[in-house]
Formats: sequence, structure tokens, C-alpha cells
Amino acid sequence: MRNLFAIAKREVQSYLVSPVAYLVIAAFLLVSGLYFWLTLGWMVQYREVPTMRYTIEFMIVIFVFAAPLLTMRLLAQERRMGTLELVLTSPVQDWELVMGKFCAGLALYLMMVIPTLLFPLTLEVFGNPDWGPVLSGYLGLLLFGAVLLSVGLFASALTQNQIVAAVLGVAGNLLLWFFVGAPAYNPGISPRVAHILRMLDLRAHLQTFVSGALDTRDIVYCLSVTVFFLFITTRILEARRWRA
Amino acid sequence: MIQVEGLTKRYGDVTAIENLNFHVARGEIVGFLGPNGAGKTTTMRVLTGYLPPTEGSAHIAGYDIFSESLQARRRIGYMPETVPLYPEMTVRGYLHFMAEIRGVRDRRTAVAEAMALCHVEDRAGDIIATLSKGYRQRVGLAQALLHKPDVLILDEPTLGLDPRQIIEVRELIRELGQERTVLLSSHILPEVSQVCTRVLIIHKGHIVAEDTPEGLTARLQGATRLVVQVARPSPKVEAALSTVPGVEGVEPAGDGRYEIASAPDADVRTAVAETVVQGGWGLLELRPVGMSLEEIFLQLTREESPIEEIAEQEVEADA
Repeated sequence: MRNLFAIAKREVQSYLVSPVAYLVIAAFLLVSGLYFWLTLGWMVQYREVPTMRYTIEFMIVIFVFAAPLLTMRLLAQERRMGTLELVLTSPVQDWELVMGKFCAGLALYLMMVIPTLLFPLTLEVFGNPDWGPVLSGYLGLLLFGAVLLSVGLFASALTQNQIVAAVLGVAGNLLLWFFVGAPAYNPGISPRVAHILRMLDLRAHLQTFVSGALDTRDIVYCLSVTVFFLFITTRILEARRWRA
Repeated sequence: MIQVEGLTKRYGDVTAIENLNFHVARGEIVGFLGPNGAGKTTTMRVLTGYLPPTEGSAHIAGYDIFSESLQARRRIGYMPETVPLYPEMTVRGYLHFMAEIRGVRDRRTAVAEAMALCHVEDRAGDIIATLSKGYRQRVGLAQALLHKPDVLILDEPTLGLDPRQIIEVRELIRELGQERTVLLSSHILPEVSQVCTRVLIIHKGHIVAEDTPEGLTARLQGATRLVVQVARPSPKVEAALSTVPGVEGVEPAGDGRYEIASAPDADVRTAVAETVVQGGWGLLELRPVGMSLEEIFLQLTREESPIEEIAEQEVEADA
């Protein structure tokens, strides 16, 4: 555990000296702030109850693309610099490295998301939002963030090129977000397969969170996809030990 | 401290090292010598647990590098050839991190000691990206010393240093070798002969020779060789020289030169000179050919037959 913490801490420090992290955070806050402002207009126009629903959905869509930008360097860069060899010849377990990197990514994600809490606070000041869906929406944001980051981390383990890692990560996230579930709506597909595909579809699990109807199935889904990707990332690192 | 038995590593069809056997005792500084691509780095990567052996085993301080990897890794300080550093960190920050993942308790002291030992404390607060090659190399070395490991594995520790820094690093390694076991790789011969107590010469994944630097030189000089050059070469020269007592073989080397092998104890120089003069062939040169470590190395690692010859000599010598 101490190794995990040391690796996460070092990684966060490295994030904070590189401009990429600030750029991603700034761009994310700018775009989601603008979008929130737009939704305010709709809410006023259609006399809706003030809600965070649209903004949270939008932030997750943005993060489908932004998460790989945060994770691209995590393992690819270590591989390129050769520091991976140094870390893995220290008494550090492969999973400690993977979890340390993941926690660093998650910490950065929180730095992106926490400032957006100003949006619901703004709603509270000027209106009367329903806090249940807001909180469950933010829980969804956290869990979806974990899924998208774990896919990005997996992509970063596959290559030593950060750009390739980012592209692979976006592709993986889009696949999970959109394309896995898409064939389920093809009328020719058997209902059983369609059911499985719909369960795998990341997007389909978002509705309960943003509507405030928390469902353990969706929570379990997010956690297990995250664990799955972290697990195969660890196996990728270990794979050098099999290529004997 | 380091025990290697039958170690083999293949990458697909390519055999990087094959059936390596060697032991390194505590307090020894062993030089791993070989041309680029001989398998030095692969061996070190296997020893540090980064790559698994295909066959055979290796133990560090009694721990198997594969099945007891964590235990073995705790006892190793490793400096890879590329000297991996995090360029955005400060020297002190980097060493603190390395000490942390190596499980060092008193990190402040350990970092201070390692920095002092490697003479980098004056740049402790600097960003690694701004350091010169020499400093980086020493930071890389400091990193390997943090946890006071029993075994130091250094891949090309003086690569890219200027002559003064090379001398400093060698002195440092010699100091460290008094209490620790050091395995260092190099393709520079003087370095190995100056620093190491024992040399392993590796070529194409095989150990082709193993001895002290002095022993290696002596062994290969065992059969004394002479080179004679005459002004007017003729087939008779060869015949006449072979009849000289003590001469075991004569080979024309072109350009009027002949290489003469003689029995180890016999000094045939005067007799050879007289023979040439009497024959009227015109003696131009007569000199004994001693082999420097360079020549031994070249001979051992040459592409053609000498490897087998020397391997045979080795077998004979061992028997």
C-alpha cells in the first residue's frame, strides 16, 4: 500500500508540473461551464425545475475524450523513459504500480470535477434544485470517470507512444460508450444477445444516475468494468514475464 | 551473492544468452565484458527480475530471482544502461521517491548519504532535465545505493562520462566493492582491468572466458609467439625455421612475415635470428607478440574459429 501511495503521489506531482493537465482541466471547465450556462437558458425558457442532469451528461461525454488525455502518459511514458524497468525491478508489485497510476488519474479527475460543484451551488442560490439527482449524478460522474480512466490506462500500457495511447483510449471509450450497445437495436439480432449488449453499453447505465433513481446494478457495472480494465492492465505489465 | 546456473534467455527464436554459469562472492567486483549485443543487458535484466529466464535459475543473496522475486529485488541496486530518471523531478525528489518504493525507512538520511557518496548534493534541488550527462549518471548510481543493497548491478556505469568523471566513478565503484558485491558491464577493457577483481567475457550469449584480468592475460600468453619479418621471403625460410629446436609451428603471415609458435619455456629468439641471417634472407624484424587484454578480447570475440580454439584451451586448462 505504501508503494501505491508513493507512486500515486509522484504521479500527481508530475501532472502538476506539466502543462497538459492544466490545459485539459481548463478546457474541461470552460466547455462544461458554457454548457451549464446554455442549460440555464433552457430551464428558464421551458420553466423546468432547475437540474444538473444535462450538464452531467455532457461532462461525461466530454470525459469520454478527455480521460485518455490524462491517462496517455501514465504507463507509455514510463516505458519510453525506461523508468518502468527501474520501478519494476524495485520491490514493487505490478498491481501496486497500476493502482498507483490509476489513483493519480482519479485524483486529477477529481480536481477537474470538484470545481463544477459550483454549478449546483449556483442553482441553489437562484432556484430550488432537487439535490437527490444532483448527488446521484455526481456519484455517476465519479464512477463513469473511473471506467473511462481505466480504459485509458489500459491503452497506455499497450504502447510507449503517448499519442497512440490517447487514440487507443478514445477508441476504447467510444466503443464502450456507443458501439457496444448499438447492434442491440438491430431488429435481426436475437433478443438474448441484444440484452447482453445493452447491459455492456456504458451509456445505458447513465440514466439511473442522472435521474436520481440509483440502481445497484449500474454501480456494480461501473465498478466491475473498472476492475476488469485495471486487471488486464496488470496482466499486460506481467506479460513481459510470459514472453519467455 | 550472485549464483547463476544454466541461465538461458530466448526472445522467440533469438537466443540472447545461453547456458550461463557463474558465481559472484561477497566483496567481489566482477566485470561483464563483451561487444554490443553480446547479451550483457539481457543477463542483467534477468538477474534483476525484469525478464524471466527461459531456462536455468539465478539466485541473489540466496533468493531465487523468479519465485522469490520481491525478496531478491530488495537486495539489488540496479542501474540500467539508459539511466532512467524522471526529468521533471528534482534530484532530491527523485531519490526520495526511489527510496520510498525501495522501502527505506529513514529516507532523509539515505538520500543525503547517497547524494554525498555520488557527489551530487550541490545539485540536490535542481530539476533533473537541466543536469549534464555526468550528473545524471551519478544520480542514477545514487539511486542504486539508497537502500544499501548487498548486490549492485550496474549496466555500463561510465557510459557517456568525461575522463575525469570516469575516474571518479571507478573509484566510487572500487570503494563500494569493499562491502558489496558488484556486477558491472562494460565494453571498455581498461575499465574492467582496473576496477574488477574478475572478468567474465561474454560473446553471443556465451561466456567465453572467466578469470582475473592478470590471469586472463597470462593464460593467453602461455604459448609464446614471435613474429619474424625477412627481406627476401622464400619457401625455404619456413622449412628452416621449423627445424630450430623449441619451435612448434611456423606460419607465413604474408609480406615476408612469419609467425612462430614456441614451447612456453624455450627462448628461441637467438636461434631464429641466427637461422635467418645464415640463410641470407635479410632479417628485418623479430619481436615477441604479447597479447594485451584488448587483443585477447578481440581474439575471443572474433567471428571465426578462435573462439572454439580458446574454448578448447579453456577446457584443457580447467581439466
